[in-house]
Amino acid sequence: MPVLRWIRRNLVVIAGLLTLAYMILPNIVVMVFSFNKPKGRFNYSWQQFSLEAWKDPCGVADLCGSLSLSLQIAFWATLGATALGTMIAFALVRYRFRARGAINSLIFLPMAMPEVVMAASLLTLFLNMGAQLGFWTVLIAHIMFCLSFVVTAVKARVMSMDPRLEEAARDLYAGPVQTFVRVTLPIAAPGIAAGALLAFALSFDDFIITNFNAGSTVTFPMFVWGSAQRGTPVQINVIGTAMFVIAVLMVLVGQLIASRRKSNARN
Amino acid sequence: MTQQQTAGGDVRLTGISKTYGSFTAVHPLDLTVPQGSFFALLGASGCGKTTTLRMIAGLEEATTGTVSLGDRDITDLPPYKRPVNTVFQSYALFPHLDISENIAFGLRRRGIKSVKKQVDDMLELVQLGDFARRKPHQLSGGQQQRVAVARALINHPQVLLLDEPLGALDLKLRRQMQLELKRIQTEVGITFVHVTHDQEEAMTMADTVAVMNGGRVEQLGAPADLYENPRTTFVANFLGTSNLIEGDVVSTGDELTVAAGGGRLTLPRERCSGPTAAGGRLLLGIRPEKISLAHADEADTVAAGRNRVTGRITDSSFIGVSTQYVVESPAGKALQVYEQNVERDTRLVPGAEVVLHWNPAHTFGLDAAQDIDAGATSVEDGE
Repeated sequence: MPVLRWIRRNLVVIAGLLTLAYMILPNIVVMVFSFNKPKGRFNYSWQQFSLEAWKDPCGVADLCGSLSLSLQIAFWATLGATALGTMIAFALVRYRFRARGAINSLIFLPMAMPEVVMAASLLTLFLNMGAQLGFWTVLIAHIMFCLSFVVTAVKARVMSMDPRLEEAARDLYAGPVQTFVRVTLPIAAPGIAAGALLAFALSFDDFIITNFNAGSTVTFPMFVWGSAQRGTPVQINVIGTAMFVIAVLMVLVGQLIASRRKSNARN
Repeated sequence: MTQQQTAGGDVRLTGISKTYGSFTAVHPLDLTVPQGSFFALLGASGCGKTTTLRMIAGLEEATTGTVSLGDRDITDLPPYKRPVNTVFQSYALFPHLDISENIAFGLRRRGIKSVKKQVDDMLELVQLGDFARRKPHQLSGGQQQRVAVARALINHPQVLLLDEPLGALDLKLRRQMQLELKRIQTEVGITFVHVTHDQEEAMTMADTVAVMNGGRVEQLGAPADLYENPRTTFVANFLGTSNLIEGDVVSTGDELTVAAGGGRLTLPRERCSGPTAAGGRLLLGIRPEKISLAHADEADTVAAGRNRVTGRITDSSFIGVSTQYVVESPAGKALQVYEQNVERDTRLVPGAEVVLHWNPAHTFGLDAAQDIDAGATSVEDGE
């Protein structure tokens, strides 16, 4: 049976393609419907091809404002969480201090706790402190829950780092600062970058915690949620598609650079 | 380079020690490594040799004592201010830098701008000219090892420290690198301090060997001297193989006569580090290759004046250049004898009654008040 044999031989590839299709299908739907011209307010059934939304992505009131706010929050949250998380990861791996074990497990709490619980308790906390809900409360909350992901990513990298490399640097006339900048940081960079990307993605599309603690501020996910009640503008699909394409392009460029570097090194 | 002009001075450790909590890794020890020499610290793992090396490098703080280089006390200097460089056991090459940047690292950190010529010279010295743009992981173990040496040597350190640099290589490559390192050392004339657990490696390469055990230096000397005149059972067993026979001194003089193994054995008094008075208990040592074997039928052909012990062969193995026999005798349950395969006596097979005989001058004497098996780990491992 040649067909059966072919299937058996390519089983892994077939399974891989099916999984990929499963993951990408929702994105494709979003993409297709960004070219739709819906009848009425809901963009749920295909009518006809149109570039209208692409020509005017900010055509819906408040959409681009909320998008810009989300990007700002994500940027600062990424920066804060990455800086703090990297330091925590180094401390947890490299140093022995009291309460190290406790911190090691507590750092995972934001990951494990149901988000809605954390959102509600944060709100209680902010209200009791008399804090003004808005940009800053959202930012503080985002840095907090992004931290655990950054710590996890960086810790894995730091644990696999040979401490002898830093000893070698010190042995070769590099002082403490030079050692960190020239050896420690470049080697830990992939872990830090992974943590930062994760933090950005998590912060950008967070809804539950943000919704509880934003006050009257509206982020992009909150905008989408709000408009979904009254009708979904095609522009949401446009923004979604653009983000997807940008992410894919970044990955492709990254891989291109990596493979070029590898082939350069080989020649 | 200024470093070369001032390349003066011995490495001197004075009363240096290291303790971790209640564990003493290195007991206070004094050690002088003469300038320009190839010095080996030899010992089993955990004997404190690497800790001693790291204290010279500055990577480990000494609990007590001082480290000096020439007239300069460097005890309190951090590693990056010491004119000393290290070749690490795992090489510790920087994975994100290519070979030439790895080698240039030390020069760049000291603000030297034009490094190209020196890097090229170094690559030439370690014969890796074509690999300058590769990353460390693209090199074989032996090549990485050479990069690690080049990265340290380019700085013209006053002392090069080598921490088991050949440990990760296979046997053949190790032999080759031993010769290579020896060649480089002769070429550059820098003091090398080499840490190893391989006694053969230490003896092949070093001018002076310090045998360490339990955080102390057991004995220090030239390889041949250590091998011929061990002063402790640890050194006798750790450096090569020794047959140790227990006995009592019966008469003294320039020659000591000892009652051992149901007979009389003699040895020169100056080769005895144990008690030489009558009645003293000694361990007589004799290296396996110094012993000759004669079949019991020809016992009377053995020249007078030689030490002799009778026994029975229990095992023999053919090694190629030699045959190794294990002989059971009243003097010891498993005496080792290595015979050159020049004229093999076909009667010398397991079960044969034999006479072991050797020149009394080849015998050394140790104090019997020590563990007779100290340092004989390789024998135990083999069983």
